[in-house]
Amino acid sequence: MSILIDKNTKVITQGLGATGLFHAQGAREYGTQMVGGVTPGKGGTTIDGFTVYNTVSEAVHHTGAQASVIYVPPPFAADSIMEAVDAGLDLVICITEGIPVLDMVKVKQYMTGKKTRLVGPNCPGVITPGQCKIGIMPGYIHKPGKVGVVSRSGTLTYEAVWQLTNVGMGQSTCVGIGGDPVNGTSHLDCLQMFEEDPDTEAVIMIGEIGGNAEEEAARFVKENMTKPVAAYIAGVTAPPGKRMGHAGAIISGGKGTAAEKVAVLEECGIAVAQSPADMAQALMRVYRP
Amino acid sequence: MNIHEYQAKAILRKFGVPVPDGHVCYNGASAREWAKRLGDGPWVVKAQIHAGGRGKGGGVKLARTSEEVRLTARDMLGMTLRTHQTGPDGKVVTRVLVENGCNIGRELYVSLLVDRATCKVTVMASTEGGMDIEEVAAKTPEKIFTEAVDPLVGLTGFQCRKLAFSLGLEGKLVAKAVKVLEALYTTFIACDCSLLEINPLVVTKEGDLLALDAKFGFDDNAMFRHLQIADMRDFDEEDPNEVEASQHDLSYVSLSGNIGCLVNGAGLAMATMDIIKFSGGEPANFLDVGGGATIERVTEAFKLILSDRNVKGILVNIFGGIMKCDVIATGVIEAAKQVSLQVPLVVRLEGTNVELGKKMLADSGLNIVAADGMADAAKKIVAAVKGEGK
Repeated sequence: MSILIDKNTKVITQGLGATGLFHAQGAREYGTQMVGGVTPGKGGTTIDGFTVYNTVSEAVHHTGAQASVIYVPPPFAADSIMEAVDAGLDLVICITEGIPVLDMVKVKQYMTGKKTRLVGPNCPGVITPGQCKIGIMPGYIHKPGKVGVVSRSGTLTYEAVWQLTNVGMGQSTCVGIGGDPVNGTSHLDCLQMFEEDPDTEAVIMIGEIGGNAEEEAARFVKENMTKPVAAYIAGVTAPPGKRMGHAGAIISGGKGTAAEKVAVLEECGIAVAQSPADMAQALMRVYRP
Repeated sequence: MNIHEYQAKAILRKFGVPVPDGHVCYNGASAREWAKRLGDGPWVVKAQIHAGGRGKGGGVKLARTSEEVRLTARDMLGMTLRTHQTGPDGKVVTRVLVENGCNIGRELYVSLLVDRATCKVTVMASTEGGMDIEEVAAKTPEKIFTEAVDPLVGLTGFQCRKLAFSLGLEGKLVAKAVKVLEALYTTFIACDCSLLEINPLVVTKEGDLLALDAKFGFDDNAMFRHLQIADMRDFDEEDPNEVEASQHDLSYVSLSGNIGCLVNGAGLAMATMDIIKFSGGEPANFLDVGGGATIERVTEAFKLILSDRNVKGILVNIFGGIMKCDVIATGVIEAAKQVSLQVPLVVRLEGTNVELGKKMLADSGLNIVAADGMADAAKKIVAAVKGEGK
């Protein structure tokens, strides 16, 4: 088992441009069921074995896809998310970086009451090692196993996964929730799913400065989680008021500092790694496979 | 992105938010001329820099005659203004705003921002205008009133009225406040703001509302559809290295330490800064080169890092996911040659073909130290900068 995706997940790609195609090919090589793509105006054509449709609902109708992955450029990405929601997909993973925040505010409201789950935007995607890879992460660093990983950062997730794989701990599912201030799936959502997943035994949560999603997740851990959780928060040295790469990574009005988050996490019984080199070590303090 | 107060007020005026009449001036003589054109005085001369706290630093002054406007503007222009937001170096004033004074009755506070928790635009109002809102929030949170806006409906009349009554407004002022709040919301949405703050919004003795100061923050991701606003960017107000970085699509923030870092990915870049600190060093910058560490990007990144004279060593930390390590190694070696690197360089590579990449670094004949993992890399660069080892 796993969360969000597994070997049966059928995926379509929205935005089969150079980037989308490259990563769709990578996912297919990994073994993911990449069943087609959507590029308006290119319907009926085939690109490297991927059948292209004009609309998402058409693609869903013909392929039976449950999930989509979006590589559409930022000005049009919000519309693509809503199209996927409208087509009734279970899961939409938006890789696109740079979507205007107010577009995402609208998307969030549009999604209220609908069944679709959005992961991202501005994220590396989701992978269930050995079964299904949706996104831009390098597949080979992962190893099937029992540790769930959830993170706001891409390469820092790879770092954590690599540390886990090197100490022999595989992963159940790794979710990159993205670095934007308004996003689909939160740390808390993922922890909840990991708690319910019988094949996840422990979780690593990677956070960073800005907002208070990590604190919210920590309180959930304290009150509802039976599985051990380790964490790392990036940005101890980040100056206030400066955006650190990610749109959401900013300490504003003295709020959202790493120190503040670490304190709450520790208070809630989470094993926090002081150094990013010790994420797997921190997990081993509270979890032995 | 931020803009100056006079630009902010021009935008507000366009959307129907009442602001004092005024004009930006670059010398004393034009300040005097504009004062005369604006009215009978008194006038206020305000230094235009991208930082708050200008009043306390001597950047906001009242003038009773047009000649006084000229003298005040002349003295203010060229001065270095230091406030709690400028940092110790302060900022040089190159332009002033001359505007009509007003009879202040009460000072209120209004701001709009995107609330991350609710994923909605939130309007925040307070009776404590003219104060630092963070202080108000900490000490007297009951004096702050908020309304979250449904993005598909917009800010409604009843929400505006609720805020107006909470602020203690009465009579005709309620309707005026509703109009101002609606106009502010329209501005916020139309301009893709991340923050719009009016502090203070004054109630004049004549019974009008007036936005006496205005601060805008814009969503950088949305600037592609606001070219006129993007043109208002004042590069003199920004760190020159950060401006240079943005022109090469590098994400860069300068810090005060002496170890430069070059990393792919924002989260890993922050983590790299942290581990330098954790290992006893001080990071000189945040730098995310993005997904592909090509020769061009790494070269530009090296140049940027080295333009900071405090930098005594560089740590390159690349987790080559899709990119292969030998390709990255080629980029680093070529870039190091092009900038004829003089300071110690520690490189940590991870990913496909890592052994080949490390061998290439070792065989390059350059003074590059290869590291195994982040902890080792941080330890090595800190030692090298402290002169403890090669």
